[in-house]
Amino acid sequence: MLNQAADAAIVVADLSKSYGAVEAVKGVTFAVRRGTTTALLGGNGAGKTTTLSMLLGLLTPTAGRITVLGEAMPAHRHRVLPRMNFTSPYVDLPKRLTVGENLAVFADLYGVRLPRERIAAVAEDCDLVDLLKRPYGSLSAGQRTRVSLAKAVLNEPEVLLLDEPTASLDPDIGDRMRTYLERYQHRTGCTMLLASHHMGEVERMCDDVIMLRAGVVVDQGAPRELIARYGRENMEQVFLDIARGGADEERIAGAAAEEAAA
Amino acid sequence: MSGVAALDRYTGAAASARRVRAILRRHGYLIVKSWTRILSMMYYPTVTMIVWAFVTLYLAPTNNFLKDAPGFFIGAVLLWDVLFRGQLGVSLTFIEEFYARNLGNLFVSPLTLPEYIAGQLTMSVLRALIGVGGACVFAFLLFRYSIFSLGVPLIAFFASLLAFGWAIGLAMSGMILRLGLGAEELAWAAIFVIAPVSGVYYPIGVLPSWLQAIAWALPSAHVFEGMRSVLLDGVFRWDHFWIAAALNLVYLALGAAVFGWSMRHARDHGTLLQMGE
Repeated sequence: MLNQAADAAIVVADLSKSYGAVEAVKGVTFAVRRGTTTALLGGNGAGKTTTLSMLLGLLTPTAGRITVLGEAMPAHRHRVLPRMNFTSPYVDLPKRLTVGENLAVFADLYGVRLPRERIAAVAEDCDLVDLLKRPYGSLSAGQRTRVSLAKAVLNEPEVLLLDEPTASLDPDIGDRMRTYLERYQHRTGCTMLLASHHMGEVERMCDDVIMLRAGVVVDQGAPRELIARYGRENMEQVFLDIARGGADEERIAGAAAEEAAA
Repeated sequence: MSGVAALDRYTGAAASARRVRAILRRHGYLIVKSWTRILSMMYYPTVTMIVWAFVTLYLAPTNNFLKDAPGFFIGAVLLWDVLFRGQLGVSLTFIEEFYARNLGNLFVSPLTLPEYIAGQLTMSVLRALIGVGGACVFAFLLFRYSIFSLGVPLIAFFASLLAFGWAIGLAMSGMILRLGLGAEELAWAAIFVIAPVSGVYYPIGVLPSWLQAIAWALPSAHVFEGMRSVLLDGVFRWDHFWIAAALNLVYLALGAAVFGWSMRHARDHGTLLQMGE
């Protein structure tokens, strides 16, 4: 299902990125269906952030093709970037500006209609109302993550790329943010591609999972399918099997036979 | 879904202007809320102007040149600072994003590189007006010297020096993007390389002939020769004006090309997400 591009918001074909002799991403192919949430999983250095960067037009692919919302990336990035947004732990916001000022700047950049009202709405949703006048640099890591999420949904994107969106949030705020993202998706039909190391989050939020190891897609499917295929109890165990490259072929074959028999 | 940002909201001149405004907002917030930043912009040009004003007061009674043009050194130092602030305004606007690790956020937004550059150049004008404007006020209050005594040619001198500062600032932004914050010193030091051959305080004719050849390839040398001509002879030298304008076009194209090349390099090497303090 993942490779069928007809109803896909994101289509990636034979995507590669090399830095000299180092191949960070090697011929990756996948599609993300509109209105769904797909997880891009893999250990550190598997190529997740590199892939997301190419989807955003921040990084030029060495080879391959990317289409987002029907537009070729990076060639037509300025036609599609207004309809996308992202969060990443690799970027930050100006620390001396207040939260409200930062959001006002990005509202201008994204051409948000009625920016004051929209900022007030996302501040309410992300529990930032009391922080709007605080300098961004004075916030805790969790508060900054919420501001980053608020920035990411400010333009009501049709495609949202989330790199570790709930990292550094406590379980309570993390849960509220996931709930917010789920409601946001339900309300807008947004397509989300999520890179996360939080397997509970993946099981809860994601319709599909793409597993990367050393820049290669090594498996993909719905979380339940993968759990069943690997004969495991949860995605955490599946992740460990795949990331360590030590998936037990006999156990997987046995699990597949059990599934077929059932 | 159509999203908040519908197509007409992010294409065309109005959308571009709004994105340039976003860059001005981002840096304007910083300046407006920090009196120390405003002070630091005016501090250096004002102190330098005061030093040269006292040099003038000391030398003027025995110096024929300064008797003819008593405001020469003050005018020269103020115009030199237009060049310096113009360059610094472009470079610092970029360096601020570096320190904030905000480049990734900016360049996944609909902001284009020309729009970002337009924001940098506008911020440079504002910084130059604040910095040099403050020094001009002090020059008038303390020494009764008005930069406007240069008359209408002042506009040409100001524009020409600002444009050359932009060109150097864009090239420095590109170098910092290419080499990282280790190259930040370039932003502060680059302009001083051209000071000896710009003829700020002396005519280009005093330089050795091989240095004169370099000097005449710089717009700044033509501006300061033009300033001397206005002050000493009361003549606006159109030849210097046009040569400076043509050279500025060449240098601006080169500066933008260096910045554009560095941006392509950054997109090839993935450094837009990684760069920061």
